[in-house]
Amino acid sequence: MAAQEKVVYMDNNATTQVAPEVVTAMMPFLIESYGNPSSMHTFGGQVGMAIKEAREKVAALLGAEQGEITFTSCGTESDSTAILSAVRTFPEKRHLVTTRVEHPAVKNLCENLETITGHKYRVTRLKVDGEGMLDIAEYEAALTDDTAIVSIMWANNETGVIFPVEEMARMAKQRGILFHTDAVQAVGKIPIDLKSLDIDFLSLSGHKLHAPKGVGVLYIKRGTLFVPFLNGGHQEHGRRGGTENVASIVALGRACELAQEKMVEENSRVKKLRDKLEEGLLATIPKSMLNGHKTERLPNTANISFEYVEGEAILLYMNQHKICASSGSACTSGSLEPSHVLRAMGVPFTAAHGSIRFSLSVYNTEEEVDFVIEKMPAIIESLRKLSPFWKG
Amino acid sequence: MWEYTDKVQQHFLTPQNVGEIEKPSGTGDVGSLACGDALKLTLKIDGNDIITDAKFKTFGCASAIASSSVLTEMVKGMSVNEAAKITNEDIALALGGLPKEKMHCSVMGREALEAAIADYRGLKLPMAEGEVVCECFGVTDLEIIRAINESSLRSVEEITNFTKAGGGCGKCEDKLRKILQETVSGKSEFTIPQAKPKRMTSLQKIKKIEEVLEREIRPGLKKDGGDIELIDVDGDFVIVSLRGACKSCAKSQTTIKEYVEKKLRELVFESLIVEEEN
Repeated sequence: MAAQEKVVYMDNNATTQVAPEVVTAMMPFLIESYGNPSSMHTFGGQVGMAIKEAREKVAALLGAEQGEITFTSCGTESDSTAILSAVRTFPEKRHLVTTRVEHPAVKNLCENLETITGHKYRVTRLKVDGEGMLDIAEYEAALTDDTAIVSIMWANNETGVIFPVEEMARMAKQRGILFHTDAVQAVGKIPIDLKSLDIDFLSLSGHKLHAPKGVGVLYIKRGTLFVPFLNGGHQEHGRRGGTENVASIVALGRACELAQEKMVEENSRVKKLRDKLEEGLLATIPKSMLNGHKTERLPNTANISFEYVEGEAILLYMNQHKICASSGSACTSGSLEPSHVLRAMGVPFTAAHGSIRFSLSVYNTEEEVDFVIEKMPAIIESLRKLSPFWKG
Repeated sequence: MWEYTDKVQQHFLTPQNVGEIEKPSGTGDVGSLACGDALKLTLKIDGNDIITDAKFKTFGCASAIASSSVLTEMVKGMSVNEAAKITNEDIALALGGLPKEKMHCSVMGREALEAAIADYRGLKLPMAEGEVVCECFGVTDLEIIRAINESSLRSVEEITNFTKAGGGCGKCEDKLRKILQETVSGKSEFTIPQAKPKRMTSLQKIKKIEEVLEREIRPGLKKDGGDIELIDVDGDFVIVSLRGACKSCAKSQTTIKEYVEKKLRELVFESLIVEEEN
C-alpha cells in the first residue's frame, strides 16, 4: 500500500477541526485587539462589541435572545452551572431526574450530589431500551413535587440517538420543574428553536462545532431563577465571573453562523455519507450491527459493533491507515468495563467491547467514506483470526 | 491514547505464532468475552519436557495481543520447568514495559501459561479454588494475594491494574484493602530473605521444603496420627503424599491447600502450588 498522507477524521463527536473561517475571525483578538472588554477606553470597548456580536450569532443559531446566552469555558462547566443553580434555587427539593446514558459531565455530577451530601439527594436515572430510546411513561412517573431539575441530553454522544426533549421539557414545565438539556452533540447538527420550547437551561460546547476548545455556552431562559457557579466580576451580566475568553467567544460566534449556513448540508450530504458508510460496513462485514435507533439519530453518527473483536485493537489497526474514530470498549477508556451507554442499552458483551463510533462532519468526503469501507473488512477479519471466540 | 513501546506495537501489528496447535500437549484457556479479554494458549511439548511449539488466540486490546505473542516466543525451546518460572513481570519486561493500567494483560499471559503447564502435567490449578472476591471479573483471593506478593503491590488501584479485581462495580474495594493489609503485614511477620524466590534452584527448594515440613507441618499432622512425605518438586509444583490417618481423611484436600500450601508459601516461595500424588 502506498503511504497515505491524509488523516481520515471520523471522530467529530470527540472534537472537530476549527473551521478556517473561524480561525480568521478569532486571530485579530489574539494579536492586535487584546483589550479587556470591561475597560472604559475604546481599545477595550471595541472588544466588548465583538463579544456582543458573537452572543447575537449564538442566540440566532439557538432561536434565543442574546440576553439568554452566557459564555462559559466548556460544556461541563455549563452542565454543572445549570444543575447546581437549580439545586441552590430550590434547596428544599432533593430529587433529580436524569438518564442512564448521560455524558460523564452530568452523570458524575449527579453521583457526587448523592454521595457528597450523604444521599440527601435522590437521583432517578431513566432506562433506555435496546435502541437507546427513553420510555416517556417512565419519565412522567419519575417527576415529583420534590424534583429540583431534570437533566436529559438532547442527543447521545456515543450513539447519536436523539431524545424528545421538547416534549419532556413541556411535561416538566407543567409540573413546575426546571429542565436542563446537555445539547453539546445536538447544536449545529439539528435545528433548534428555543423560543418555542420550555427548556430552561441548555449547554453547548464550542469545539464540537468547529470552534476551538475552551469555550462553551449556557443558555438560561429569560425569567429563570439563577445562581452563578463562578462568582467574581460582573462579566456575563453577573452570571459568570472571570475575564472573557475573547478570541474563543468570537470564534464560537462565527462557528454558530457557519453551522446555521451548513445545517442543510449536514442533514443532507453528511447524512448521506453516514448512511453510505453504515450500509457499506454492515453489508461487507459479517456479525456487525448498528447500536442505537436507526432514524431518531443525529445525521453524522454511526455506532457499529463488530462482534468477537475488541475496540482498542480495531482502533489501532485503523490508526495504521490514519483513520480516526472512537470505541466504547473497556480498554480505550482506561476503565475495565465497556461503555455505560451500550451496557444501559443491553448490548451484549460480545458486541459492546467491539463497538466503534464513526462521527462525520461537513469536512468529510465521499472518497474518505469509500476508503473506510474498503479498509475495515480486512481489519476486522485479521483481528477475528486472532480471536478464540471467532468460529468463522 | 496509551503509550505503547515499539515492542508492543510490533507484536500487536505482526503477532507471532497465531493459531491453535492440533492435539496440543497442554492448553491454557483464560479470561472471557464478558471480561473484555481472553487467551487460549496451546503448547507442544516433546518427550524431554521441551516446549517445541506454542500458539495463541487472543481476544483483547493491543497489549493483550502483544503479551500473548511475546509469550509464545519466550517459551519456545524452554523446558517446562523453565517456562513455569516465567512471571507476568517477565512478560511485561520482554515487551519493554506496559502501561500500568494494562499490567493485567501480562498477568493473563502468565495465567494461561500456568494453566497450559498444569494441563500438560494433568494437574488442577489451585487459583480457581480460592474464594471469588471480585464478582465482576471472577477474581479469587488466591489470585489477588499472589499478585500482591509477586509484583509487590501496595494499593487497591495497583491490584485492579494487575488483576482487574475491583475494576467493575467496585463493591469489593473494602475486601481488597483487607486482603492487601493482611498480605503485606503477613510478610513482615515472617522475615523471608528478599532473595528472588524464583531464582531458587530445585535443590534449594527441596531442602527448604523438607525443613519446613519437618519443623512446621509434621508435628501437627502427627498429633492426629498422620504424616506427610515430599515426593517431588517440579518448578512451582510441590508434589506430596499424605500418610497414616491423613491418607484416608475426607479433609485431605483442605489439609493440603489450607495448611500445607499456605505454610510452604509463607516460608519457602510464594508462587508454589502443592499437589497430592495421584
